[in-house]
Amino acid sequence: MSLRRLAVYAAALTLSAWVLAPIGLIGLAAVTSREQLYRWPRPLWPQPITLDTLAFFLRQEGVLRALGNSLVVAGLTILLATALSAPAGYALARYPFRGREAVQLGLLTTKMFPATALAVPLAVAFLRWGLYDTLVGVALVHTALSVPFVVLIVASVFRGVSPELEEAAMSLGCNRLQAFWKVTLPMALPGLAAAAIFTFILSWNEVFAATLLTVNHRTLPALLVHSVVAEGAPLHYRYAGGFFLVLPALVIIFLIRRYLLTLWGVTVR
Amino acid sequence: MAEIRLEGLQKRFGRVVAVREVSLEVRDGEFVVLLGPSGCGKTTVLRMVAGLAVPDRGQVWIGGRDVTRLPPGRRDIGMVFQSYALFPHMRVFDNVAFGLRMRGVPQAEQVRRVREVSELLQIEDLLDRYPAQLSGGQRQRVAVARALVIRPQVLLMDEPLSNLDALLRMQFRAELKRLHREVGSTTLYVTHDQVEAMSLGDRVAVMREGEVVQFDAPAAIYDRPATRFVGAFLGNPPMNFLSAVVRWDGDEPWLQVAEARFPVPREYFQALRERPGEEVLMGIRPEHVVLGTGPLQGEVVVVEVLGPQKLLTVRTVGHVLKVTVGSQTPVQPGDRVQLDLPRPGLRLMDPRTEQALPRG
Repeated sequence: MSLRRLAVYAAALTLSAWVLAPIGLIGLAAVTSREQLYRWPRPLWPQPITLDTLAFFLRQEGVLRALGNSLVVAGLTILLATALSAPAGYALARYPFRGREAVQLGLLTTKMFPATALAVPLAVAFLRWGLYDTLVGVALVHTALSVPFVVLIVASVFRGVSPELEEAAMSLGCNRLQAFWKVTLPMALPGLAAAAIFTFILSWNEVFAATLLTVNHRTLPALLVHSVVAEGAPLHYRYAGGFFLVLPALVIIFLIRRYLLTLWGVTVR
Repeated sequence: MAEIRLEGLQKRFGRVVAVREVSLEVRDGEFVVLLGPSGCGKTTVLRMVAGLAVPDRGQVWIGGRDVTRLPPGRRDIGMVFQSYALFPHMRVFDNVAFGLRMRGVPQAEQVRRVREVSELLQIEDLLDRYPAQLSGGQRQRVAVARALVIRPQVLLMDEPLSNLDALLRMQFRAELKRLHREVGSTTLYVTHDQVEAMSLGDRVAVMREGEVVQFDAPAAIYDRPATRFVGAFLGNPPMNFLSAVVRWDGDEPWLQVAEARFPVPREYFQALRERPGEEVLMGIRPEHVVLGTGPLQGEVVVVEVLGPQKLLTVRTVGHVLKVTVGSQTPVQPGDRVQLDLPRPGLRLMDPRTEQALPRG
């Protein structure tokens, strides 16, 4: 093995460890019994493996409701973000309109704006509009946060469907809408699903807006932050909560990793 | 079946003029090829006929109907795309039946017609497969079947053979010819391959820079190119061009190339009468150049053996000529040879406009 390859492998290993070690530790801690968690030195591999900690967490007041809230918010976000981003992405992919590059760049630059600066005005505005402490309010913010990404993802998905297919459909008797519906959409569906799932993760893990804009209707991350910061929740609660936050993202990213790679311009077959 | 009439079509994309001015008529049942180098506007013309591009000026008539503003689906056309554009998420059967479904053809009739066209293109065994499971040649057949099954008034083809390898291309070329004879549909076919154009077209429209420079039967275009461009673009190897000076000797003109003199075909006498002492372009096909005797001296630079023929590159004073001779001709690189440019093969052009001189 050449030195170069060795270096590449070492770097890959370091990076993987950097990401995987905390996830592994959280995962292990989440299936460790409470007594063992507080023992010192703590065994790395829990003996016995137990679901007590996870069950304890789920039984805590507000946890199940927060889980439900998170799901509702994520669902709403997916709906709103897709409804907004799909047409925009299609236009970016298909029509060479004036200022297309600027729009694409502009979408990304919105991500450079510090959300913290928006915190107070947003809270005030939401109070005024009666959106404060509502799931719809949180979903709206999550939509705003995810749309720039989703538009670009969707555009790349549509770009992957050859315009000649649409033209062929049109030459066979479809109008533009029918051609989209019968040909482009079915072909883009897997990619769009990946985009939706990506939106789900964004929303599921978003903590800043969710904490700021809710009191009684907290999503799971907001609830966790609140319990940990404000109420000093115990260690096993933290581990179990962290585990529940990481789990869906992990599973989903594993399932759609092929699409995520293609979205960023690398084609994997 | 119907005829296609294009009247003064123009199309620009931003500042780029794609189609400068094209008027063309394709007769009922005729196979017309649009031939030209890439960027000459031939595909844009086809797309305007299909309704996939809207002309800036001019009209498209199909079967006596002005379809210029109609969407593709209402023009009664069938189109075969360069990439085949088969729907990857549908089986071959559904691909072929797609146009029938869009026209509301009843189920039983769909099955009957798909079967019929599948037989014609020999894809009966492929109907249950997905496009990804087909070879390039099979995809090509499916694409043609899909366009033909709706029995369009006109069939449009955009470089349908360019993605096939050489052998398949030759097979399918013959097959397209057979299909056209059997189906008899009015066909407009775009290609940059002159061999395809010559073999398929009843007539060929040679395009350059957004205009049709010559529209005629393939043999006529090959034999009497209207411009230097056509002569060079059609034929492999292309036509040779030499610059010559017009001399008059009493009633008889002749052409002088370096020290050599060549007699002129009688049909050009009239045109040359106004040009004593002027330069003209002398065009001659490689197969018309005679090796062995003649007034022009040259040196053989390259000998390429091409099966039944040898292709020679011969350097003469001021020119390099391509000459085809029989494969038995004994000739070596470095040989000094005499060349003749016999009168019947000569085509004269104006060196400035590069247009063929009028024949009297």
